[in-house]
Amino acid sequence: MKEHLLSIENLKVNFKTYGGEVQAVRGVTFHVEKGETVAIVGESGCGKSVTAQAIMGLIPNPPGRIVDGKVVFEGTEISKLPKKELLGIRGTQIGMVFQDPMTALNPTMKVGAQIVEGFVRSQKVSREEAKKRAIEMLRLVGIPDPEQRVDQYPHQFSGGMRQRVVIAIALACNPKLVIADEPTTALDVTIQAQILDLLKQLQEEQELAVVIITHDLGVVAEIAHRMVVMYAGMVVETGTVEEVFANPRHPYTWGLMRSLPRLDESEKQRLVPIEGAPPDLFNPPAGCAFAARCDFAMEICKQQMPPTTTFGEGHEAVCWLHDERAPRIDELVAAGRQDS
Amino acid sequence: MSNYLLKRVLMMFLTLWIIVTLTFSLMHAIPGNPFASESDQLPEQILANLRAKYHLDEPLPVQYFMYLKNLVSLDLGPSIKSDSRNVNDMIADGFSASAWLGGQAIVVALIFGVLFGIIAALNRNRALDYIAMALAVLGVAVPSFILAPLLINYLAIKLPLFPVATWGTWMHTVLPSLALAFGPIAIITRYMRASMIEVMNQNYIRTAEAKGIPTVLIVIKHGIRNAILPVVTFLGPLIASLITGTFVVEKIFAIPGIGKYFVDGIFNRDYPVILGTTIFYSAILIVTIFLIDIAYSLIDPRIRLTKKEG
Repeated sequence: MKEHLLSIENLKVNFKTYGGEVQAVRGVTFHVEKGETVAIVGESGCGKSVTAQAIMGLIPNPPGRIVDGKVVFEGTEISKLPKKELLGIRGTQIGMVFQDPMTALNPTMKVGAQIVEGFVRSQKVSREEAKKRAIEMLRLVGIPDPEQRVDQYPHQFSGGMRQRVVIAIALACNPKLVIADEPTTALDVTIQAQILDLLKQLQEEQELAVVIITHDLGVVAEIAHRMVVMYAGMVVETGTVEEVFANPRHPYTWGLMRSLPRLDESEKQRLVPIEGAPPDLFNPPAGCAFAARCDFAMEICKQQMPPTTTFGEGHEAVCWLHDERAPRIDELVAAGRQDS
Repeated sequence: MSNYLLKRVLMMFLTLWIIVTLTFSLMHAIPGNPFASESDQLPEQILANLRAKYHLDEPLPVQYFMYLKNLVSLDLGPSIKSDSRNVNDMIADGFSASAWLGGQAIVVALIFGVLFGIIAALNRNRALDYIAMALAVLGVAVPSFILAPLLINYLAIKLPLFPVATWGTWMHTVLPSLALAFGPIAIITRYMRASMIEVMNQNYIRTAEAKGIPTVLIVIKHGIRNAILPVVTFLGPLIASLITGTFVVEKIFAIPGIGKYFVDGIFNRDYPVILGTTIFYSAILIVTIFLIDIAYSLIDPRIRLTKKEG
């Protein structure tokens, strides 16, 4: 078996709260190849950000802890590493871009210093070299006048510029993998497009692997090679973006597709929401977590976890509808797709 | 900037003038006079002479303007009760001891307060946090006139490490400085803990973690500077009140500071002493607050003293 750059196997993360233990991530498995962009998609609270934090070992403990599974990066099981060695991987091997650029930067530190902080630590470079690197990084992420900007503070930057700085921080040590946790959610639409273009361009130029976390299928279509659809702490469908967009196999994915506004329809159409709310993760259902909201749910869906069905090219879905014993599967799937 | 400074200095003088005026009127509104205790023993003529000597027989507005005139030339006037000395000398004599003690107490309070606050914040809801918070409650609750005798009892009498009282070598300053620092340590610990907890939950701390910076360095490089502002705010009035002397601690340790003049002056209706010490305290407070404002803008680049530029 070929070695993946990053593979996550059966990851489970729980958070202790006053009300009990929340099972935020309940057995997530996926992998990322070198130079590939993988999107993790799902609604709020489905565990996508927690998965990202778990990769970096950034789950605040307490209250959170990884109860099971492992994160393997370049053959090393980083979820088991002692903190000191993990620090050597964070920033230098894996960079992270955060959601809200307005709060992700230290207001009392010059942006240049923030960009190269990790670089200086890992490379032990001189002051001048560090500054040169900071200017270079600012230029790389498309900030004009980097020589002046390097000595400014975050409040002197606009939101989009700050997100560019956050990206520069993530890239400062030439990491092999960048995890972007909803990098465009806090930005307005035109800036979103710029930041996505930048990420895409950097990914291609630097042969980066990118894990992008989003709830915006538009972002996925724009930037990702493969996608992982998550629901209630589990992966429900994975595959290449083309495959999943063209032939979605899980009813939740159908729902996501149907809730997208379309520009190519001539008639005005109402968006179709997925009715209901995600299950209670204090006490998740025994069967498929989506069963309660699924139009096609059968009796077995509520009682047993569905198996994973493979459709070729790494396209997988976790749904009972694809069991050979399931009735009228083709019509049902077709019906689901017809609506999209 | 120079425009701002000029404005600020003018405002400082205006504030001081208002304080002088208010103190002057309030002081004369208190019943009694400097010679009240002697008035039944001394003949009327002598009292009249005394009043004339200190211009107390003049109408109040006249006294007020005479005082202002002297004040402009930095003359705080004679002390009525101890006729050999004037108020300038009293302050000059006592201030060095008071300021030294106060300064030492502030340094101690700042170092330990900030340190305990950080430790408590990083160990939130664990044993070290509870210990630090218990000490902080004690520090606020136990007044210095209890703490000072306890310190003397244990660290000077039972375990003769330090002199019991009086003024002389540096060793003499240790116990009173500790007694002065205890309360402020407690308050600074609480401020620092609260703001450090807030700062450590900020997104930029997570950004720093994602860069692979160890926690200790995150606290030093990202935490303290962002969390220290509430402590700096508290430092202004603290500095002013500590370096201008404290009545209780100086009394207990028999230290020739200026703390006692504040109290004695009022008891004796020693008008020039009351005014002089009040003006002195106010001037120091006003200057400290000005310095604190400058410190703000140095600590947090988002705070600007002057309006312009973004």
